Formats: sequence, C-alpha cells, structure tokens
Amino acid sequence: MTEPGLYQILFISAALFFIGVYGFLTRRNLITMLMSVELILNSVNLNFIAFNKYLWPGRMDGLFFAVFIVAIAAAEAAVAIAIIINLYRSHKSIDVKNAEELKY
Amino acid sequence: MNVTQILFWFLSVLALFGALMVVTSKNPVHSVLWLIATFFSISGHYILLNAQFLAIVNIIVYAGAIMVLFLFVIMLMNLNKTTEPKKNRWLKLAGGVAGGCLLLVFIAALKSSEITQQTAEVKTGDIGLIKNLGRELFSTYVVPFEISSILFLSAMVGAVVIGKKE
Repeated sequence: MTEPGLYQILFISAALFFIGVYGFLTRRNLITMLMSVELILNSVNLNFIAFNKYLWPGRMDGLFFAVFIVAIAAAEAAVAIAIIINLYRSHKSIDVKNAEELKY
Repeated sequence: MNVTQILFWFLSVLALFGALMVVTSKNPVHSVLWLIATFFSISGHYILLNAQFLAIVNIIVYAGAIMVLFLFVIMLMNLNKTTEPKKNRWLKLAGGVAGGCLLLVFIAALKSSEITQQTAEVKTGDIGLIKNLGRELFSTYVVPFEISSILFLSAMVGAVVIGKKE
C-alpha cells in the first residue's frame, strides 16, 4: 500500500466520473440520470479540492470553485425536478423515451 | 499503515462501491440511499483534504437537501422495481465501452502526467475553515457570490413556474 496522494485521489475521481457517465448513458429513468449527473459533479469537486491541496496549498481557489459547483448543482436539481414532475403529470411516466415530444 | 491511510482507503472503497450500486440497483430508492452513502464518503475525503467547511456544506446541501428532494419525488411518483424501464443489453454494452474508453484516457493521461507526489503541509490545516473562507469569499469572490444569488433567484422562479398546475 502506498501513501495516499494526488495520484490516488485523481484515480478515484476518474473512476467516479466513469461510473457517472456509464449511469447517464445506460439508465432510462430521468431521476437516476440526474443522480448520475450529481455523481459526475462530485467527482469534479473532488478533483478541484485535491489539486487545491496538493499543488497550491496556500490558496483557496479550488475550494471556491467547489462551493460554486455545489450551489449550481442545487439550482440545477431544483429546476430539473420541476421539469420531471411536469413530465410525469402529463405522461404518467418518466422514461426518457416519452420525453421525445420536448423536441417539438 | 497509519489511521489516515486506513481511512483513505476505506472511504475510497466505500465511494466507489456506493457509486456502482447507484448505477446498478434496480430500485430508485436504493439508488438514492447509496448515493447518500457515496456523498458521505466524499465528504470524508474532503475532511482528509483539509476542506472541513466544504465537507459540512456537502453533507447539508447534497445529503440533506437535494437527496431528500429526490427521495420525495420518487415516493411521490411511486417508482419501484416494476416501473423501472427495461434496459437494452446493447445500450449497456455501449455505455460500458464509451465510459471505459473515457476512463482509459483519463488513467493514461494520469500516468503520463508529471505531477510530483507531493505531500501536503500538516501545519496549514485551517485553510478550509470558515473564517478564512468567509474573508476570501467576501473580498475576492464577491462578484461570483452575488451572481450565484441571482442564479438561485431565477432557478427558484423557474422551478415554481414550471412546476405549477395549469
């Protein structure tokens, strides 16, 4: 076992990103797709904080990026859930196949 | 192997396993619960990386607010294993291949990058506390802070307008 450092944490966040992308591509349920997006955002946050700690320990830029990403994720989740509820009300389902009418 | 290393590996395994369970579990409620476990372990990583305030914010905002919203919506729509749409095997394969290629590129880029294995300073552990963060937030980052308040206002109005009954 090696000392946990930047490489290890970057590997973990890359793996989390991959799992998020896989879930986003394979799930057909809108809510679980949204959860995969949250996973991706969290892996990005982990990257920012790891770089902030290991490469610029005296600065706080990475922390602020992470804070703003959390804020934006909260706003995004609220709007997306409103859209999903609206879709469910009109179609009685949240399968992405049924959301194709949004195109027109 | 000291306590920090044990904690690090434990949290890593928990995060990856939780993320896998989020993606693979059939029941959306189980997905949400595993996602909460993943968020807690990521918050543990934040604490190990000297970002204590952000760890608490992560727990409050994600595990406390967003996940409760998700859970509430899932229970409102009465989703469970039977309403989960059938997954196509080819779709799964394509997702695995696409995501796997992405992971491969990331790991290869990581391997060939020239980051020296730095260890963080131990004495500067208070950089992520709220005193330093608040001072910086209201001096250097005051413009993005105000813009994010406008973003929240517009998101709130948008959510209410979209979600209200006709």
